[in-house]
Amino acid sequence: MTYFRVEDLAIHFGGIKAVDGVNFEVEKGEVFSIIGPNGAGKTTIFNLISRIYEPTEGKLVFEDQDITNVPPHQIAKRGIARTFQNIELFEHATVLQNLLLGQHAHRKSNLASELLFLPGVRQQELRFREKIEEVIDFLDLAHYRDSMIMNLPYGVRKVVELARALCTEPKLLLLDEPSSGLNVEETEDMGFWIDDIKKDLGITVLMVEHDMGLVSEVSDKVLALNYGRVLATGTPEEVQRDPEVVKAYLGG
Amino acid sequence: MRFIFKTEYQQDVKLFPHGGAVFWYSLLIAAMFAAPLVLDEFYIGEITYVLIFTIIGVGLMILTGYTGLVSLGHAAFLGIGAYAEAYLLGQGLPFLITVPISGFIAAAFGVALGVPALRMTGIYLAIATLAFAIIVAEVFARWESVTGGYGGMQVPDITLFGIDIYEDWQFYYICLIVTLIVMFGALNLLRSPTGRALVAIRDSEIAAQSMGVNLAKYKTLSFALSAGITGIAGALFAHKTVFLSPDSFSIVFSIQLLVMVVVGGLGSLHGAVYGAIFIGALPQIISIAKDYLPHAIGEQPSLEAGVFGLILVLFVLFEPLGIYGRWMKIKLFFQLFPLYKKATFKRQKSYMKSERVR
Repeated sequence: MTYFRVEDLAIHFGGIKAVDGVNFEVEKGEVFSIIGPNGAGKTTIFNLISRIYEPTEGKLVFEDQDITNVPPHQIAKRGIARTFQNIELFEHATVLQNLLLGQHAHRKSNLASELLFLPGVRQQELRFREKIEEVIDFLDLAHYRDSMIMNLPYGVRKVVELARALCTEPKLLLLDEPSSGLNVEETEDMGFWIDDIKKDLGITVLMVEHDMGLVSEVSDKVLALNYGRVLATGTPEEVQRDPEVVKAYLGG
Repeated sequence: MRFIFKTEYQQDVKLFPHGGAVFWYSLLIAAMFAAPLVLDEFYIGEITYVLIFTIIGVGLMILTGYTGLVSLGHAAFLGIGAYAEAYLLGQGLPFLITVPISGFIAAAFGVALGVPALRMTGIYLAIATLAFAIIVAEVFARWESVTGGYGGMQVPDITLFGIDIYEDWQFYYICLIVTLIVMFGALNLLRSPTGRALVAIRDSEIAAQSMGVNLAKYKTLSFALSAGITGIAGALFAHKTVFLSPDSFSIVFSIQLLVMVVVGGLGSLHGAVYGAIFIGALPQIISIAKDYLPHAIGEQPSLEAGVFGLILVLFVLFEPLGIYGRWMKIKLFFQLFPLYKKATFKRQKSYMKSERVR
């Protein structure tokens, strides 16, 4: 069985078919990229997977389990984490607090014990901290630990968001345009990190991306989307050569 | 300047960041306990009011400052707590039981308001809570068999461990202890996963949800906690005012409470305390100022409301972080002297989605 599978996924907003019968399969441990022109429905697919949108049709299968009806706040617990295209960090909190929230899905304490801050809660906090320190080391964020998000430059915020997603200890990571707004060097770093996430952490990555350099560098498989439909799937080279894809990007 | 050298994770979990803070807060608490020995009865009465407002402030801060849900109906929760306390004491229940029950009753109403409010944010939520406050005030006036209607309701005296509490300083200690308990609980909550989840909801609902925060659960919880704490404050408030009437819990009072947390500084418990001091002191200052103001201004019936409004506007314009924000700036000025940079606190213009304060 495949690791993560999308079957006939569709969502219609009134008469607009934003995603219209999309099928794809992601193997464990690969980097799978979704490309396509603006408005093709890439982010919509992400929102469907993280259950923010209710699909009109279709099925999502992760680790042989149907997650089409799982409520959105339980997606993280299932091992799927995501980042956002426009950065959705908690601005009035420190980097540390942002990352600690990443561990929220692993919370075991209850309200009463937290009101008294019983030893169990303290130990849980320290355990959370150890987990997120691994991510801080991995992404080289030690310098920013106590900074408020609102005081950080855009490039760092992007990394913090990736870190927060990693703090949920995901098995499948959804990256929505990880390189948007980054300069050439930062994009290069992002490419190395995605590679490390795949190879060192063994996390499967599903990514929406416009930068074809980054896509062909890190992806094992690429899916091209236009008007909510799949144009082509395959290795980066195959998809870039596909006449349908060329037509969608350059017009024909 | 103090530089905290961190060597273990434990240091970020602690209630107080460093030894200096432990010292100063202990000194403050000791001074609060010693106050009745030194101060006049009038001042003790006033400080008691400030303590009660502090408890309300903590309650409202959890909802508005930390979860980002604006409430214009907190006087209603205060009233529910107050009437519940007066009624239950009248039924012969002991004080130690009636106060928590009053809190729970207010919390139940908080849940009742919170569940329909789940789909609302910003101005719409404010209107819904406003409507709730109006309905509750109306119920206080009409439900004569319990509340006594416009005739009012006498609040029975407290008996605690066989001692009748009738002196101001005795009640002051009760309020002080309740304030400390509430403060301790709130501080604990805010440094644990629940507190982080509330802040997450305030700053970005969509991200909070993707990280595993159940929005419905935590928003309702925030409403319940906030209303419950305000209800406990209401129980104390009932004893302080001795006589309850529906006018005591009007819309204007709700707005004053919101002014309190905004002026104190949204998003910090310090702000709740500063706001309470502000709300407690301002009427006194105005009444003193009246003697010096020209007759035409000093005798205006709505002078107090006008001054409150003016101060709120000035704070929103010039110091959105409230008194606490100002205090932080003064502190930093002295810490960095003479290297203070004005731009440190300058708000950057940014068009990120999560920047919107809701």
